[in-house]
Amino acid sequence: MRELPQFGLIWVYLAASPLLGLTLTLCAYVVAYWIYSRCKFSPLANPVAIAIALVSTVLLLSGMPYSEYFAGAQFVHFLLGPATVALAIPLARQLPRLRKSFLPLACGLLAGSATAIVSAVVLTILLGGSPQLAFSIGPKSATTPIAMGVAEKLGGLPALTAVLVISTGIFGAVAARFLFNRMRIDSPEVRGFALGVTSHGIGTARAFQVNQEMGAFAGLGMGLNGVLTAFLAPWLIPVFVGLLAR
Amino acid sequence: MLASFATLLVFQCLGEGITFALKLPIPGPVVGMLLLFFALVAYPSLLDRIEATGSELLRHLSLLFVPAGVGIVAAAGQVRGHWLTVILAVAVSTLLTLAVTAAVTQAVINWQNRRIDGNKKDGEGDHA
Repeated sequence: MRELPQFGLIWVYLAASPLLGLTLTLCAYVVAYWIYSRCKFSPLANPVAIAIALVSTVLLLSGMPYSEYFAGAQFVHFLLGPATVALAIPLARQLPRLRKSFLPLACGLLAGSATAIVSAVVLTILLGGSPQLAFSIGPKSATTPIAMGVAEKLGGLPALTAVLVISTGIFGAVAARFLFNRMRIDSPEVRGFALGVTSHGIGTARAFQVNQEMGAFAGLGMGLNGVLTAFLAPWLIPVFVGLLAR
Repeated sequence: MLASFATLLVFQCLGEGITFALKLPIPGPVVGMLLLFFALVAYPSLLDRIEATGSELLRHLSLLFVPAGVGIVAAAGQVRGHWLTVILAVAVSTLLTLAVTAAVTQAVINWQNRRIDGNKKDGEGDHA
């Protein structure tokens, strides 16, 4: 029994430094990735979802506040910046194919981006959500920093937007294979692009795990839809919220 | 590897600087990506030098979303009473977006292919 308070003290000491949050994130991901590989990389065993569930469980059980966890995890979070820049590499590799498919990709992007924003806002309002919830959910297909920026500008809740963006990413990465097979869409180029437009970085990560070509087009879809959402969402969302919310 | 990572950070800094200076609504890293893309197209030799590090970083892209995703612990309170709305809206809208993007892209590709085939047949017709 005398061991317990000591263990508590060690936990309190470690939790105060960024080390614990960082270690927790990496260990959870290693475990999640091991489960993912044991499931033969099935989209249903999405490693992001498993890792988030593991870390969240530890936080809830130990009572560690999110802000304390994030003090350590921010070092991982920071790498999103250079990783986004690095998406230019597979893109440049696929340049010849990209040139060839310019028109189809442009049409798909425009249709997909508008669908993402409008359907999310309309569904939220019709299902009884508040305008604030609609502002938070509207930019959900854009990559996290863009979506948070848009939501904040409109008067949504950026922290909630971050979670909705990640849910969209995970759900799309899980569902895409089944949906595309059912729609008889076989080309890795189209599958990757649609996954990137819809599910940003998490969809792109999943696409890279399938193959490089799909990953490159997903990265392209993610980058383009991020930019397009930053321009479309700030005026599309208020128009539809204004029309429906009375 | 260090030089490649430094290159990525330099482009991110350029992107952040430009978005700040021009007050663009786009995050710096996305502008950095576009700049690096143009640099790689202009100087293809750069591609071979940074590709290994870039691919390594992208291989673990999913790890980088874990910290923000754990934010669900903190954000849970803000959705109280609207869980069903949020889950349904996210799920249905995500499926719609996937389907519309893929269907439209594929439809335009098919249309282009048919046109190319049509032109070929016209060409053959002229020869005959």
